[in-house]
Amino acid sequence: MNDQTNKWIGKRTIRPDGVDKVTGRACYAADNSMPGMIWAKVLRSPHPHAKIRGIDTSKAEALPGVKAVATAKDFVEFPIDTAVPLGIQDMRWMARNMLAHERALFHGHPVAAVAATTAEIAAEACKLIEVDYEVLPWAVEIDDAIAPDATPLFDHIQFEGKPSNIAGKLEHKKGDIEAGFAEADVIIERSFTTRPVHQGYIEPHACTVSVAADGKTTVWSSSQGQFMVRAMTAYLTGIPQSDIRAIPAEIGGGFGGKTIVYLEPVAAILSRKSGRPVKMVMTREEVMRATGPTSGAKMTVKIGAKKDGTIVAGQGTFYLQAGAFPGSPIRGAAGCSFTPYAIPNVLSTGYDVVCNRSKVAAYRAPGAPIGAYGVECVLDEVAQAIGMDPLEMRLKNIAHDGTKAVHGPVFQSIGFAQTIEAALKSDHYKTKLTGKFQGRGVANGWWFNAGGESSAQVNITEDGNVVVTTGHPDIGGSRASIANITAELLGIDYDRVSVLIGDTATIGFSNLTGGSRVLFASAMVVTESTEKVIEQLKQRAAKIWGIDASAVVWENGEARPSGEHTGNFPTMTLAELGAKANETGGPIGAGSQQNTTGAEGGFATHICDVEVDVDLGTVTILRYTCVQDVGKAIHPAYVEGQMQGGVAQGIGWALNEEYIYDKQGRVDNPSFLDYRMPVCSDLPMLDTIMVEVPNPKHPQGVRGVGEAPLVPGPAAVCNAVSNALGIRFHDLPLSPPRIVAAIDANMKQAAE
Amino acid sequence: MTDMRYLAPQTLDEAVGAYAAAAGAARILAGGTDLLVQMRSGMVKPGLIVDIKKIAEMTAVEQTADGGFRVGAAVSGAALAEHPTFGQVWPGVLEGFNLIGSTQVQGRASMGGNLCNGSPAADSVPALVAAGAVVTVQGPDGRRELKVEDVPAGPGKTNLKPGEILVSFTLPPRPKGSGDAYLRMIPRTEMDIAVVGVGVSLTLENGVCTAARVGLGAVAPTVLLVEDAAKALIGSKLDDAALDAAAAACSAACRPIDDKRGTIAYRTKVAGVLLKRTAAIAAERAKGN
Amino acid sequence: MAKIHVTTTINGDPTEFLCDPADSMLDALRGPLGLTGAKEGCGTGDCGACSITVDGRLVCSCLMLAAEAEGHEIATIEGMAEGEKLHPLQQKFLELAALQCGICTPGVLVAAKSLLERNPDPSETEVRYWLAGNLCRCTGYDKIVRAVMETAAEMREAAR
Repeated sequence: MNDQTNKWIGKRTIRPDGVDKVTGRACYAADNSMPGMIWAKVLRSPHPHAKIRGIDTSKAEALPGVKAVATAKDFVEFPIDTAVPLGIQDMRWMARNMLAHERALFHGHPVAAVAATTAEIAAEACKLIEVDYEVLPWAVEIDDAIAPDATPLFDHIQFEGKPSNIAGKLEHKKGDIEAGFAEADVIIERSFTTRPVHQGYIEPHACTVSVAADGKTTVWSSSQGQFMVRAMTAYLTGIPQSDIRAIPAEIGGGFGGKTIVYLEPVAAILSRKSGRPVKMVMTREEVMRATGPTSGAKMTVKIGAKKDGTIVAGQGTFYLQAGAFPGSPIRGAAGCSFTPYAIPNVLSTGYDVVCNRSKVAAYRAPGAPIGAYGVECVLDEVAQAIGMDPLEMRLKNIAHDGTKAVHGPVFQSIGFAQTIEAALKSDHYKTKLTGKFQGRGVANGWWFNAGGESSAQVNITEDGNVVVTTGHPDIGGSRASIANITAELLGIDYDRVSVLIGDTATIGFSNLTGGSRVLFASAMVVTESTEKVIEQLKQRAAKIWGIDASAVVWENGEARPSGEHTGNFPTMTLAELGAKANETGGPIGAGSQQNTTGAEGGFATHICDVEVDVDLGTVTILRYTCVQDVGKAIHPAYVEGQMQGGVAQGIGWALNEEYIYDKQGRVDNPSFLDYRMPVCSDLPMLDTIMVEVPNPKHPQGVRGVGEAPLVPGPAAVCNAVSNALGIRFHDLPLSPPRIVAAIDANMKQAAE
Repeated sequence: MTDMRYLAPQTLDEAVGAYAAAAGAARILAGGTDLLVQMRSGMVKPGLIVDIKKIAEMTAVEQTADGGFRVGAAVSGAALAEHPTFGQVWPGVLEGFNLIGSTQVQGRASMGGNLCNGSPAADSVPALVAAGAVVTVQGPDGRRELKVEDVPAGPGKTNLKPGEILVSFTLPPRPKGSGDAYLRMIPRTEMDIAVVGVGVSLTLENGVCTAARVGLGAVAPTVLLVEDAAKALIGSKLDDAALDAAAAACSAACRPIDDKRGTIAYRTKVAGVLLKRTAAIAAERAKGN
Repeated sequence: MAKIHVTTTINGDPTEFLCDPADSMLDALRGPLGLTGAKEGCGTGDCGACSITVDGRLVCSCLMLAAEAEGHEIATIEGMAEGEKLHPLQQKFLELAALQCGICTPGVLVAAKSLLERNPDPSETEVRYWLAGNLCRCTGYDKIVRAVMETAAEMREAAR
C-alpha cells in the first residue's frame, strides 16, 4: 500500500460507533434488560483459604422472591486432576474460579449465587446460605506460598516430587550462560519485586442470560470474545454451543481482564433453573476482590557485558503469582524480557506460584512488563557502570531481522533499530534536563503479537453500500480501521461502509480480542472477503456488458471495461451494480475465515522525565515519549491512543497502583479511591512517535499495537526516578513512603 | 424495597424533631458524598434520612455583623467557592474544603458533613480548626456552640448529643495582616484521602507573628489543634528556627497508624514538612492583607 | 416502605417517577427512567462515569438520592445534543478520537460541558483538575484534554 495513493488508510476517520458513544446511546453490558428479567447476586467466601464441607441453601430458597440458587454442583463436573484445555485456559480451573468446589481459595471467592425478583432480595438471600467451612492456613505472598511449611492449595500439584504451590516452570535457554558471564567485564545482578495491578477497566463485569425451556440460550454480555463466552458457558453448563447465542455488548474496557468470564455460566444455570432471564452486574468492590489482576512477582536478573557495551550473558529468574489457580503469565515474563536483544547466552526461567489471591487474568502483554522491569533496570545499571548512554548501549545490542529470539523464533521483519534511532533523534531525548531532582529514564519492550482465527462477511446492500461484519469485540476503535481498509479496497467513501460486530450466531468463529491481534487478523479476512466481492462485481458488470470478466477492472469504486473493450461501455458504480444484483445473479457478498499467521512482534522505546519532591516522595511526570514500531497505522489516532493508554497504565503501575492485603488475607483497597490509577491531573500530554515498518506478511502491513506500549513503562519510570535521586529502586510501586524511606536510608548511609 | 424513610423538612425544628424521634436510627443528609457510600456498602442502614438542604439556614452564607462569616452546614464546596468574598478572607478554609473529592463531589459535599463524618483525614477540618471556627448545633434542648476541634470524638464519632444537628460554622473576623492556608499530602494529585493535612492561620505585625493556630489532620484519631506548633510561631519572624520548632511540634503531636495510605514514619515526617510549607503560604497571604 | 413519587425536570422535560427511598439518582435514571447513558463504574463517586448536572451543578448521580431530584432540573448525556446536532464537545471528541472504549465518555462530556459553561478559556491545568474525577483507563487523557481545549477555542471563536 503506497501512502500517496491511499485515500482512507492512514486517515483519522470518525469511528462508526462514535455517535452512539458520545450521546449515551451505546449499549454496554449493564445497559441491557429483558422482559421478565430477575437479578442475581453472589455469595463470596469470607476466608482466604477454607475447605467447603457443605452448603445449605434451603433458607435462601425459602425467602419470598428467590427464584433459583446455584452452587458448584450445578456445573458440569470436571475432576480436579484432569486438564480441560480451552485455548490457554483450563475449564477445570475456570469452573472452580466461578463457583468454589472443594475449597474456597481466596477471600471473595464465589461460593454460591442466588437469583431473585430484585437485587436486594438476592443479596439478602445470599446471607441466608449456610456454608460449613474448615478454615485453612493461607498465603498471599510468593515467599509464604513457596515456604516449606506452606499449605498447598491443591493436593495433587507437585513440584520436584513434593506437594507444592509451584504449579509450573518454564525455561528458555540459549548458548552457555556460564561461559558468557566469564567473558564479561561488568556483571550486575539485582533482585526486584512488583505488586499485582488490576486492568482497571471502568465497566464492571455484567451480563444478562436467558435460557428458554428448550435450552436455547441467549447471552448478552461485554467480553473480549463472544465465542469465548459461548464456549465457556457451554463447557460449564453442558448446553451445546449451537444452542447458545452470545451477543457482544459494547465493552467498557478490558485490557485482557475480559478474556475470561466470571458470570455468564452462573447466570445461565440460574436462568435455566428459574425459567427467567437473569441479570448479573458486579460492584466495583467485587471487581477488585475477585477478578483478575496481573501477577505480583519477584525476580532476579543478572546481566554481563564487555567494556564496549556488548552484552554477553543474561539470566533471569521470575516467580509470578498465579492467584488461586495455576496459569500466571510466566511466558511473557521469561519469554519477552531478553527478546529485544541479541544476547548469545541467555537463561530465563519462570515459576508459576499459586496463592490465596484472586486468579490472575491477562493484562496487556501479560507478564512482559514484569520481566522487562527487571531486565531494563539492570541494563540501565550496566550502561552506567561502563559509562555509556543507556539508549546507545541498548542499540548496540538489539535484535535485527534474522536474530533468533531466546524463546525460539527468528525475527523476520522488525523495526526495532528504527524505533531506538527515532528515540535518539527525538526532540525529547536531545533536550537536556536542568532542574534539581529531575531525572530521565529509558526502557525498551517487546510483545509477541498474535494471529489466529478470524471470520468476516462483506455484503453489498441493494443501494450499493457496504456492511462488514466481523467477530471481535471492538475495544478501542477497530471498527474505524476496518472501515478505512474496506473503503480503500472498494474505492468508495468511508461513510458508505458500516462495520458491525456479529454475535456467535451471525458470524463465523473468531478468536479473542487480545494478543494485539484484532486488526491484524480481521484486516486479513476483511481483505479477502472484499477481494471476493470485487471479483463478483466485475463478473456482474461483465455479464451486463456481455464481455469476459477478465476484461473488467475495478477502479475508484467503479467497474470499467478494459483491453479491447476499453471505452465501449459506460463505467458502472457500486450503486448501479448493487441495484442490478438480483437480475445479474443474486445478492453480492462474500465471507472469509482464516487461521491467520504472520503476526510479527512489536517493539517500543519509552523516554520518561520526572521530578521528585524529595521531602514528600511524590513523583511528577514532566515529559513522556512513546516510540513504537506500529507496522502500518491504519487509523493513526487510535494507534496513538493505544500508545498513550499503555503509557498511562505503565505510569500507574510504576508509581501508585498495587493490591494491598490486610492481616486477614483480604484486599484492603478494593475501590478506585485507594486503588490509585492515574487521574487526569497526574499526567502531562503523552507524546508519541509512530515508526512505520510494515509487516510484509500482512496485506496492509499491520502489526499489533495494543500491548507493546505497556511493556517498557514501569522500567522507564523507575529508571527516571533512580536517575533523579541517584538511588536505585528495585521494588514497585514507587509510592511516596517508599521513596522517602529510600532517601532517608541513603542519607543515613552517607552519614555513616 | 428498603425499610427506610426519606424526609426533607423545610424547618430546623421539624428536622430536629424527626431526627431526635428516630433515636439514633436516622442519618442527616447534606451532600451525601459519605452517607451514600456508607449506605451502599452496608456500613450504615438508616431507618430515616433527614435531608436538610431545604432548610434556608443550612444553605446560607452570610457575613456577620462583626465582619466574620456564618456558613450553613450544608453549603456545598462549589457554592462556597462562588461566594464573592469568603475565599478572599479565608482562602485556606476554602482550599481545604475545595480539596474534598472531585469537581462532582464539590457540587454536593458540605463542611457540616465533612466534620460530622468524623474522619481524622477530613480535608476541611484542619483549616477550620486553625481558623478558630465555632459550630452552632441545634437539638431537642435548643442551640449551643462548640469549637470545631471539640466536635470529633474519634474516627466516625462526634461529641454531638443525641438529636443534635450541626447548623452552621461561624468564622471570626480577620485582623489586619492575617492569612491562612491548607496543604495536604496525597499520593496522586487529586481524588485521594489526605495522608497528612495541615491548616495554618496566622497574623503578622511588622513581620512578627502575633497570633497563630495550627490544625493537623490524618495523624491521630481526630484532627488536632497543635498548640505547641502555634507557640513556636508566635513571637517569631517565621525564621528557620521557628519553623523547625513548629515542624518538630507537629511531628511530635502525631499519633498515626500504618495503613494502606501511609506509614507511621512517613506521616510523622510529612507533618513537619507540610507545616513549613503551609505556614509559608499563610505568611505570604498575611503580608498581602 | 412505600415508594416515593418524584416530580422533576430531566433534560428539559417534565418528568415523574417512583423510587425506593434508598435508590440513588443513578438507579432511577438507569432503571425506571431508561436513561442508561450515565454509567456505574464504582458507585462511590470515584470514577465520574455517572456524572449529571442538577440545576447546572456537576454531581455524581451515584452519590445523590433519587428522591432529592424533586423540584430540580436534571441534565444527562442524553440531553447534550440538540436533536441531530451534536454539541461541539461531542463532535470534537469524535474528530480527535478522544474516546476508546467509550464507557467514561458520557461522564467526561457532561463534566467538560459544565467546565466550559463556567470557564470558556480554561488552561490545560484547569481542564486536568476539573476532570480529575472522571477516570479514563484507555486514553491516558491526552486526547480528551486536547479535545476540551480545542472545543473551548472554537466556541470562543464562534461567540465573537
